Amino acid sequence: MSHTANRTISTAITAERIAEAGAVAPEAVANYALALGDDALVLAQRLGEWIAHAPELEEDVALGNIALDQLGHARNFLTYAGSAWGKTEDDLAYCRGESEFRNRQLFEQPNGDFAVTIARQFIASVYFDSLYRKLATSADPTLAAIAAKAAKEVDYHLDHSVQWLLRLGLGTEVSRERMQRGLDTVWPFVGELFSADPHAEGLEGIAVDPRTLQEHFDSVAPRLIANAGLTMPNTPAARGGGREGHHSESMGLLLAEMQVLARAHPGAQW
Amino acid sequence: MVTLEQVARPRPSGGVELSVWEVAATVVDPEVPVLTIEDLGVLRSVYVTDEGIVVQITPTYSGCPAVDAIRDDIATAVTAAGHGPVRVEVVLAPAWTTDWMSESGRTKLEAYGIAAPGPRRTDGVISLDLGVRCPNCGSLHTRESSHFGSTSCKALYVCQRCQEPFDYFKAH
Repeated sequence: MSHTANRTISTAITAERIAEAGAVAPEAVANYALALGDDALVLAQRLGEWIAHAPELEEDVALGNIALDQLGHARNFLTYAGSAWGKTEDDLAYCRGESEFRNRQLFEQPNGDFAVTIARQFIASVYFDSLYRKLATSADPTLAAIAAKAAKEVDYHLDHSVQWLLRLGLGTEVSRERMQRGLDTVWPFVGELFSADPHAEGLEGIAVDPRTLQEHFDSVAPRLIANAGLTMPNTPAARGGGREGHHSESMGLLLAEMQVLARAHPGAQW
Repeated sequence: MVTLEQVARPRPSGGVELSVWEVAATVVDPEVPVLTIEDLGVLRSVYVTDEGIVVQITPTYSGCPAVDAIRDDIATAVTAAGHGPVRVEVVLAPAWTTDWMSESGRTKLEAYGIAAPGPRRTDGVISLDLGVRCPNCGSLHTRESSHFGSTSCKALYVCQRCQEPFDYFKAH
Protein backbone atom coordinates (compact mmCIF):
# COMPACT_ATOMS: atom_id res chain seq x y z
CA MET A 1 0.00 0.00 0.00
CA SER A 2 1.14 3.55 -0.54
CA HIS A 3 2.11 5.81 2.30
CA THR A 4 -1.28 7.47 2.02
CA ALA A 5 -3.10 4.22 2.84
CA ASN A 6 -2.86 4.67 6.58
CA ARG A 7 -4.57 8.01 6.51
CA THR A 8 -7.57 6.62 4.68
CA ILE A 9 -8.37 3.76 7.02
CA SER A 10 -11.20 5.52 8.80
CA THR A 11 -12.80 6.85 5.64
CA ALA A 12 -11.94 4.28 3.04
CA ILE A 13 -13.47 4.23 -0.38
CA THR A 14 -17.06 2.99 -0.64
CA ALA A 15 -16.92 0.70 2.38
CA GLU A 16 -17.94 3.41 4.79
CA ARG A 17 -21.20 4.00 3.03
CA ILE A 18 -21.86 0.29 2.97
CA ALA A 19 -21.00 -0.10 6.64
CA GLU A 20 -23.04 2.97 7.49
CA ALA A 21 -26.10 1.54 5.79
CA GLY A 22 -25.62 -1.60 7.88
CA ALA A 23 -24.81 -3.63 4.78
CA VAL A 24 -21.38 -5.18 4.79
CA ALA A 25 -20.09 -7.45 2.06
CA PRO A 26 -21.68 -10.88 2.50
CA GLU A 27 -19.08 -13.47 3.53
CA ALA A 28 -19.00 -15.22 0.16
CA VAL A 29 -18.71 -11.95 -1.77
CA ALA A 30 -15.93 -10.80 0.56
CA ASN A 31 -13.98 -13.99 -0.12
CA TYR A 32 -14.30 -13.40 -3.84
CA ALA A 33 -13.37 -9.71 -3.56
CA LEU A 34 -10.29 -10.67 -1.53
CA ALA A 35 -9.11 -12.99 -4.30
CA LEU A 36 -9.49 -10.26 -6.92
CA GLY A 37 -7.82 -7.75 -4.62
CA ASP A 38 -4.85 -10.06 -4.12
CA ASP A 39 -4.38 -10.41 -7.89
CA ALA A 40 -4.22 -6.64 -8.30
CA LEU A 41 -2.12 -6.03 -5.20
CA VAL A 42 0.57 -8.58 -6.00
CA LEU A 43 0.86 -7.39 -9.60
CA ALA A 44 1.10 -3.77 -8.39
CA GLN A 45 3.90 -4.75 -6.03
CA ARG A 46 5.80 -6.48 -8.84
CA LEU A 47 5.38 -3.52 -11.21
CA GLY A 48 6.54 -1.16 -8.49
CA GLU A 49 9.88 -2.96 -8.43
CA TRP A 50 10.59 -1.41 -11.83
CA ILE A 51 10.56 2.12 -10.48
CA ALA A 52 14.02 3.63 -11.08
CA HIS A 53 15.07 0.46 -12.97
CA ALA A 54 13.10 0.59 -16.24
CA PRO A 55 15.05 0.68 -19.53
CA GLU A 56 13.99 4.27 -20.21
CA LEU A 57 12.46 7.11 -18.23
CA GLU A 58 9.12 6.95 -20.07
CA GLU A 59 8.73 3.29 -19.17
CA ASP A 60 9.64 3.97 -15.58
CA VAL A 61 6.73 6.39 -15.51
CA ALA A 62 4.45 4.03 -17.43
CA LEU A 63 5.01 0.98 -15.23
CA GLY A 64 4.69 3.14 -12.12
CA ASN A 65 1.39 4.52 -13.38
CA ILE A 66 0.03 1.08 -14.20
CA ALA A 67 1.11 -0.11 -10.76
CA LEU A 68 -0.73 2.82 -9.19
CA ASP A 69 -3.95 1.94 -11.04
CA GLN A 70 -3.61 -1.70 -10.00
CA LEU A 71 -3.01 -0.62 -6.41
CA GLY A 72 -6.19 1.44 -6.60
CA HIS A 73 -8.15 -1.62 -7.73
CA ALA A 74 -6.58 -3.65 -4.92
CA ARG A 75 -7.45 -1.05 -2.30
CA ASN A 76 -11.07 -0.97 -3.43
CA PHE A 77 -11.43 -4.75 -3.42
CA LEU A 78 -9.62 -5.23 -0.12
CA THR A 79 -11.55 -2.46 1.60
CA TYR A 80 -14.80 -4.01 0.46
CA ALA A 81 -13.70 -7.52 1.48
CA GLY A 82 -12.57 -6.24 4.86
CA SER A 83 -16.00 -4.75 5.57
CA ALA A 84 -17.26 -8.31 6.13
CA TRP A 85 -14.70 -9.01 8.83
CA GLY A 86 -14.11 -5.63 10.45
CA LYS A 87 -10.69 -5.42 8.81
CA THR A 88 -9.03 -2.59 6.92
CA GLU A 89 -7.24 -2.83 3.59
CA ASP A 90 -3.97 -2.58 5.51
CA ASP A 91 -4.88 -5.44 7.86
CA LEU A 92 -5.47 -7.62 4.82
CA ALA A 93 -2.43 -6.47 2.85
CA TYR A 94 0.12 -6.55 5.64
CA CYS A 95 -1.07 -9.08 8.19
CA ARG A 96 -1.67 -12.24 6.19
CA GLY A 97 0.87 -14.92 5.49
CA GLU A 98 1.78 -16.40 2.14
CA SER A 99 -0.73 -19.26 2.27
CA GLU A 100 -3.53 -16.78 2.99
CA PHE A 101 -2.92 -14.88 -0.25
CA ARG A 102 -5.21 -16.04 -3.04
CA ASN A 103 -3.66 -14.44 -6.10
CA ARG A 104 -3.20 -16.45 -9.25
CA GLN A 105 0.46 -17.33 -9.67
CA LEU A 106 0.94 -15.31 -12.86
CA PHE A 107 0.86 -12.07 -10.89
CA GLU A 108 3.65 -13.04 -8.48
CA GLN A 109 6.05 -14.13 -11.23
CA PRO A 110 9.36 -12.24 -11.08
CA ASN A 111 9.76 -9.30 -13.44
CA GLY A 112 12.58 -10.91 -15.43
CA ASP A 113 13.77 -8.61 -18.20
CA PHE A 114 11.52 -5.94 -19.71
CA ALA A 115 10.09 -8.43 -22.21
CA VAL A 116 9.01 -10.84 -19.46
CA THR A 117 7.24 -7.97 -17.70
CA ILE A 118 5.53 -6.91 -20.94
CA ALA A 119 4.45 -10.51 -21.63
CA ARG A 120 3.01 -10.82 -18.12
CA GLN A 121 1.30 -7.43 -18.42
CA PHE A 122 -0.12 -8.28 -21.84
CA ILE A 123 -1.71 -11.48 -20.54
CA ALA A 124 -2.88 -9.75 -17.37
CA SER A 125 -4.43 -6.87 -19.30
CA VAL A 126 -6.34 -9.10 -21.73
CA TYR A 127 -7.63 -11.06 -18.74
CA PHE A 128 -8.52 -8.04 -16.56
CA ASP A 129 -10.14 -6.30 -19.52
CA SER A 130 -12.65 -9.09 -20.05
CA LEU A 131 -13.06 -9.79 -16.32
CA TYR A 132 -13.84 -6.22 -15.32
CA ARG A 133 -16.15 -5.57 -18.24
CA LYS A 134 -18.19 -8.57 -17.19
CA LEU A 135 -17.98 -7.83 -13.48
CA ALA A 136 -19.28 -4.30 -14.18
CA THR A 137 -22.70 -5.93 -14.68
CA SER A 138 -22.52 -7.80 -11.35
CA ALA A 139 -25.64 -7.88 -9.19
CA ASP A 140 -23.42 -6.66 -6.33
CA PRO A 141 -23.35 -2.87 -6.79
CA THR A 142 -19.98 -2.35 -5.10
CA LEU A 143 -18.20 -4.99 -7.18
CA ALA A 144 -19.87 -3.51 -10.26
CA ALA A 145 -18.70 0.02 -9.41
CA ILE A 146 -15.10 -1.04 -8.72
CA ALA A 147 -15.01 -3.05 -11.94
CA ALA A 148 -16.59 -0.38 -14.15
CA LYS A 149 -13.93 2.08 -13.07
CA ALA A 150 -11.10 -0.43 -13.35
CA ALA A 151 -12.18 -1.48 -16.85
CA LYS A 152 -11.55 2.02 -18.19
CA GLU A 153 -8.04 2.03 -16.77
CA VAL A 154 -7.15 -1.48 -17.89
CA ASP A 155 -8.12 -0.55 -21.44
CA TYR A 156 -5.18 1.85 -21.45
CA HIS A 157 -2.83 -0.72 -19.89
CA LEU A 158 -3.74 -3.16 -22.63
CA ASP A 159 -2.93 -0.58 -25.27
CA HIS A 160 0.48 -0.03 -23.66
CA SER A 161 1.44 -3.70 -23.53
CA VAL A 162 0.18 -4.44 -27.05
CA GLN A 163 2.26 -1.59 -28.44
CA TRP A 164 5.35 -3.04 -26.78
CA LEU A 165 4.50 -6.58 -27.86
CA LEU A 166 4.38 -5.39 -31.46
CA ARG A 167 7.42 -3.16 -31.20
CA LEU A 168 9.63 -5.81 -29.64
CA GLY A 169 8.23 -8.67 -31.74
CA LEU A 170 8.72 -6.76 -34.99
CA GLY A 171 11.91 -5.02 -33.91
CA THR A 172 15.41 -6.42 -34.09
CA GLU A 173 16.40 -10.07 -33.99
CA VAL A 174 17.40 -9.63 -30.36
CA SER A 175 14.18 -7.92 -29.31
CA ARG A 176 12.10 -10.55 -31.11
CA GLU A 177 14.00 -13.38 -29.49
CA ARG A 178 13.65 -11.84 -26.03
CA MET A 179 9.95 -11.07 -26.47
CA GLN A 180 9.39 -14.68 -27.49
CA ARG A 181 11.31 -15.85 -24.45
CA GLY A 182 9.21 -13.52 -22.30
CA LEU A 183 6.00 -15.11 -23.55
CA ASP A 184 7.44 -18.60 -23.10
CA THR A 185 8.44 -17.75 -19.52
CA VAL A 186 5.03 -16.65 -18.29
CA TRP A 187 2.83 -18.85 -20.49
CA PRO A 188 2.73 -21.77 -18.00
CA PHE A 189 0.63 -19.54 -15.74
CA VAL A 190 -2.02 -18.64 -18.34
CA GLY A 191 -4.10 -21.77 -17.84
CA GLU A 192 -4.61 -21.10 -14.15
CA LEU A 193 -6.23 -17.74 -14.90
CA PHE A 194 -9.09 -19.45 -16.66
CA SER A 195 -9.53 -22.40 -14.33
CA ALA A 196 -12.43 -22.58 -11.89
CA ASP A 197 -12.30 -20.13 -9.00
CA PRO A 198 -13.45 -21.73 -5.74
CA HIS A 199 -14.30 -18.28 -4.38
CA ALA A 200 -16.64 -17.56 -7.30
CA GLU A 201 -18.71 -20.67 -6.73
CA GLY A 202 -22.29 -20.13 -5.61
CA LEU A 203 -22.12 -16.47 -6.63
CA GLU A 204 -23.95 -16.65 -9.91
CA GLY A 205 -24.77 -13.20 -11.24
CA ILE A 206 -22.37 -11.65 -8.70
CA ALA A 207 -18.97 -13.16 -9.46
CA VAL A 208 -17.50 -13.94 -12.88
CA ASP A 209 -16.68 -17.58 -13.56
CA PRO A 210 -13.16 -17.26 -15.04
CA ARG A 211 -13.79 -20.25 -17.32
CA THR A 212 -16.17 -18.01 -19.28
CA LEU A 213 -13.29 -15.63 -20.06
CA GLN A 214 -11.18 -18.20 -21.89
CA GLU A 215 -12.98 -17.70 -25.18
CA HIS A 216 -12.23 -13.99 -25.22
CA PHE A 217 -8.57 -14.62 -24.45
CA ASP A 218 -8.32 -17.20 -27.21
CA SER A 219 -9.87 -14.82 -29.71
CA VAL A 220 -7.53 -11.94 -28.84
CA ALA A 221 -4.14 -13.15 -27.61
CA PRO A 222 -3.10 -15.57 -30.39
CA ARG A 223 -4.00 -13.02 -33.07
CA LEU A 224 -1.94 -10.26 -31.44
CA ILE A 225 0.97 -12.63 -30.86
CA ALA A 226 0.87 -13.59 -34.55
CA ASN A 227 0.65 -9.92 -35.56
CA ALA A 228 3.83 -9.35 -33.58
CA GLY A 229 5.56 -12.03 -35.62
CA LEU A 230 5.82 -14.30 -32.61
CA THR A 231 4.72 -17.87 -32.10
CA MET A 232 2.28 -19.20 -29.55
CA PRO A 233 4.26 -20.69 -26.68
CA ASN A 234 4.14 -24.42 -26.26
CA THR A 235 5.30 -24.55 -22.66
CA PRO A 236 3.56 -26.95 -20.26
CA ALA A 237 1.15 -25.57 -17.69
CA ALA A 238 2.30 -24.88 -14.15
CA ARG A 239 0.60 -26.59 -11.23
CA GLY A 240 -1.50 -23.56 -10.28
CA GLY A 241 -3.42 -23.36 -7.03
CA GLY A 242 -2.94 -19.68 -6.21
CA ARG A 243 -6.58 -19.31 -5.21
CA GLU A 244 -6.03 -22.07 -2.61
CA GLY A 245 -2.95 -20.33 -1.22
CA HIS A 246 -0.32 -22.32 -3.11
CA HIS A 247 2.40 -20.05 -4.45
CA SER A 248 5.68 -20.21 -6.28
CA GLU A 249 9.03 -19.73 -4.66
CA SER A 250 9.30 -16.02 -5.33
CA MET A 251 6.10 -15.13 -3.47
CA GLY A 252 7.65 -15.18 -0.01
CA LEU A 253 10.28 -12.64 -0.95
CA LEU A 254 7.68 -10.37 -2.53
CA LEU A 255 5.56 -10.41 0.62
CA ALA A 256 8.57 -9.91 2.87
CA GLU A 257 9.48 -6.74 1.03
CA MET A 258 5.88 -5.51 0.93
CA GLN A 259 5.10 -6.23 4.59
CA VAL A 260 8.34 -5.70 6.49
CA LEU A 261 7.82 -2.06 7.42
CA ALA A 262 4.21 -2.45 8.53
CA ARG A 263 5.10 -5.49 10.63
CA ALA A 264 8.18 -3.92 12.20
CA HIS A 265 6.14 -0.89 13.25
CA PRO A 266 2.54 -2.02 13.76
CA GLY A 267 0.04 0.81 13.53
CA ALA A 268 2.67 3.34 12.50
CA GLN A 269 1.38 6.41 10.68
CA TRP A 270 3.19 8.74 8.29
CA MET B 1 -33.69 14.51 -20.48
CA VAL B 2 -30.60 14.38 -18.32
CA THR B 3 -27.82 16.24 -20.07
CA LEU B 4 -24.11 15.54 -19.77
CA GLU B 5 -23.73 18.87 -18.01
CA GLN B 6 -26.20 17.82 -15.30
CA VAL B 7 -24.41 14.53 -14.72
CA ALA B 8 -21.06 16.26 -14.73
CA ARG B 9 -21.97 18.98 -12.23
CA PRO B 10 -25.01 18.02 -10.19
CA ARG B 11 -25.06 21.41 -8.48
CA PRO B 12 -27.74 21.71 -5.75
CA SER B 13 -30.50 24.22 -6.52
CA GLY B 14 -30.45 26.01 -3.18
CA GLY B 15 -30.40 25.85 0.59
CA VAL B 16 -27.46 24.89 2.76
CA GLU B 17 -26.52 22.27 0.17
CA LEU B 18 -25.78 25.01 -2.37
CA SER B 19 -23.85 27.09 0.18
CA VAL B 20 -21.65 24.10 1.05
CA TRP B 21 -21.28 23.18 -2.62
CA GLU B 22 -19.98 26.67 -3.41
CA VAL B 23 -17.39 26.41 -0.65
CA ALA B 24 -16.33 22.87 -1.66
CA ALA B 25 -16.19 23.99 -5.28
CA THR B 26 -13.30 26.34 -4.47
CA VAL B 27 -11.02 23.41 -3.57
CA VAL B 28 -8.40 22.83 -6.25
CA ASP B 29 -6.75 19.66 -7.47
CA PRO B 30 -3.33 19.58 -5.74
CA GLU B 31 -1.70 18.14 -8.88
CA VAL B 32 -3.29 20.62 -11.31
CA PRO B 33 -3.90 23.67 -9.12
CA VAL B 34 -5.64 25.72 -11.83
CA LEU B 35 -8.59 23.34 -11.81
CA THR B 36 -11.21 23.24 -9.08
CA ILE B 37 -12.81 19.95 -8.19
CA GLU B 38 -15.98 21.35 -9.74
CA ASP B 39 -14.17 22.04 -13.03
CA LEU B 40 -12.95 18.43 -13.00
CA GLY B 41 -16.36 16.94 -12.24
CA VAL B 42 -14.87 15.36 -9.12
CA LEU B 43 -17.40 17.11 -6.85
CA ARG B 44 -20.52 14.95 -6.97
CA SER B 45 -23.09 15.99 -4.39
CA VAL B 46 -23.84 17.61 -1.06
CA TYR B 47 -26.50 16.38 1.31
CA VAL B 48 -27.54 16.90 4.90
CA THR B 49 -27.89 14.16 7.52
CA ASP B 50 -28.69 14.25 11.24
CA GLU B 51 -24.96 14.06 11.97
CA GLY B 52 -24.04 16.91 9.65
CA ILE B 53 -23.11 17.69 6.09
CA VAL B 54 -21.87 15.04 3.67
CA VAL B 55 -19.89 15.99 0.57
CA GLN B 56 -19.40 13.32 -2.07
CA ILE B 57 -16.45 13.24 -4.44
CA THR B 58 -15.31 10.69 -7.00
CA PRO B 59 -11.68 9.87 -7.83
CA THR B 60 -10.39 10.52 -11.33
CA TYR B 61 -8.44 7.22 -11.30
CA SER B 62 -8.77 4.28 -8.88
CA GLY B 63 -5.33 4.89 -7.42
CA CYS B 64 -5.29 8.68 -7.52
CA PRO B 65 -3.35 9.79 -4.42
CA ALA B 66 -4.75 13.34 -4.65
CA VAL B 67 -8.04 12.09 -3.23
CA ASP B 68 -6.70 12.24 0.33
CA ALA B 69 -5.55 15.83 -0.01
CA ILE B 70 -8.81 16.85 -1.68
CA ARG B 71 -10.82 15.25 1.10
CA ASP B 72 -8.85 17.09 3.79
CA ASP B 73 -9.10 20.40 1.90
CA ILE B 74 -12.90 20.10 1.59
CA ALA B 75 -13.29 19.37 5.29
CA THR B 76 -11.09 22.36 6.17
CA ALA B 77 -12.85 24.75 3.78
CA VAL B 78 -16.39 23.74 4.73
CA THR B 79 -15.64 23.83 8.46
CA ALA B 80 -13.95 27.24 8.14
CA ALA B 81 -17.08 28.54 6.42
CA GLY B 82 -19.09 27.55 9.49
CA HIS B 83 -20.87 24.54 7.99
CA GLY B 84 -19.18 21.81 10.05
CA PRO B 85 -19.18 19.03 11.00
CA VAL B 86 -18.64 17.65 7.54
CA ARG B 87 -17.85 14.18 6.27
CA VAL B 88 -16.39 13.57 2.82
CA GLU B 89 -17.40 10.38 1.06
CA VAL B 90 -15.65 8.89 -1.93
CA VAL B 91 -18.00 7.25 -4.41
CA LEU B 92 -16.99 5.18 -7.43
CA ALA B 93 -20.12 5.11 -9.55
CA PRO B 94 -20.78 6.48 -12.04
CA ALA B 95 -17.12 6.27 -13.05
CA TRP B 96 -15.45 9.63 -13.64
CA THR B 97 -14.77 10.74 -17.19
CA THR B 98 -12.97 13.70 -18.72
CA ASP B 99 -16.23 14.44 -20.54
CA TRP B 100 -17.28 15.98 -17.21
CA MET B 101 -14.59 18.66 -17.38
CA SER B 102 -16.13 22.12 -17.65
CA GLU B 103 -15.45 24.50 -20.54
CA SER B 104 -13.83 26.98 -18.15
CA GLY B 105 -11.70 24.12 -16.84
CA ARG B 106 -10.51 23.32 -20.36
CA THR B 107 -9.64 26.96 -20.98
CA LYS B 108 -7.74 27.25 -17.69
CA LEU B 109 -5.89 24.01 -18.40
CA GLU B 110 -4.71 25.25 -21.82
CA ALA B 111 -3.58 28.56 -20.32
CA TYR B 112 -1.63 26.60 -17.70
CA GLY B 113 0.24 24.75 -20.46
CA ILE B 114 -1.59 21.41 -20.34
CA ALA B 115 -3.47 20.28 -23.46
CA ALA B 116 -7.13 19.65 -22.62
CA PRO B 117 -8.67 16.23 -23.20
CA GLY B 118 -10.38 15.54 -26.48
CA PRO B 119 -13.56 13.49 -26.83
CA ARG B 120 -13.34 10.02 -25.38
CA ARG B 121 -12.23 7.17 -27.59
CA THR B 122 -15.09 4.78 -28.08
CA ASP B 123 -14.99 1.07 -28.78
CA GLY B 124 -14.44 0.15 -32.37
CA VAL B 125 -12.38 -1.92 -34.74
CA ILE B 126 -9.77 0.80 -35.07
CA SER B 127 -9.11 3.23 -32.28
CA LEU B 128 -8.36 6.69 -33.58
CA ASP B 129 -7.46 9.69 -31.49
CA LEU B 130 -7.85 13.27 -32.63
CA GLY B 131 -4.72 15.36 -32.91
CA VAL B 132 -3.58 17.02 -29.72
CA ARG B 133 -3.03 20.77 -29.97
CA CYS B 134 0.15 22.23 -28.53
CA PRO B 135 -0.85 24.58 -25.69
CA ASN B 136 2.26 26.66 -26.39
CA CYS B 137 2.00 27.46 -30.12
CA GLY B 138 -1.34 25.94 -31.11
CA SER B 139 0.09 23.54 -33.68
CA LEU B 140 -1.59 20.19 -34.25
CA HIS B 141 1.74 18.82 -35.44
CA THR B 142 2.48 17.03 -32.15
CA ARG B 143 3.39 13.52 -31.13
CA GLU B 144 3.04 11.42 -28.02
CA SER B 145 6.40 10.89 -26.34
CA SER B 146 5.03 8.79 -23.49
CA HIS B 147 1.71 7.05 -22.99
CA PHE B 148 1.91 7.97 -19.30
CA GLY B 149 2.94 11.14 -17.51
CA SER B 150 3.61 12.80 -14.19
CA THR B 151 0.17 11.83 -12.82
CA SER B 152 -2.38 9.16 -13.70
CA CYS B 153 -4.45 11.64 -15.69
CA LYS B 154 -1.72 12.83 -18.06
CA ALA B 155 0.42 11.70 -21.00
CA LEU B 156 3.57 13.35 -22.36
CA TYR B 157 3.61 15.02 -25.76
CA VAL B 158 6.09 17.03 -27.72
CA CYS B 159 5.32 19.70 -30.31
CA GLN B 160 7.03 19.12 -33.65
CA ARG B 161 6.73 22.79 -34.57
CA CYS B 162 7.90 24.69 -31.48
CA GLN B 163 9.74 21.67 -30.03
CA GLU B 164 8.15 22.25 -26.64
CA PRO B 165 7.34 19.16 -24.56
CA PHE B 166 3.98 19.39 -22.80
CA ASP B 167 1.47 17.45 -20.70
CA TYR B 168 -1.75 16.22 -22.24
CA PHE B 169 -4.73 15.56 -19.98
CA LYS B 170 -5.75 12.13 -21.31
CA ALA B 171 -9.27 11.59 -22.58
CA HIS B 172 -10.66 9.04 -20.16
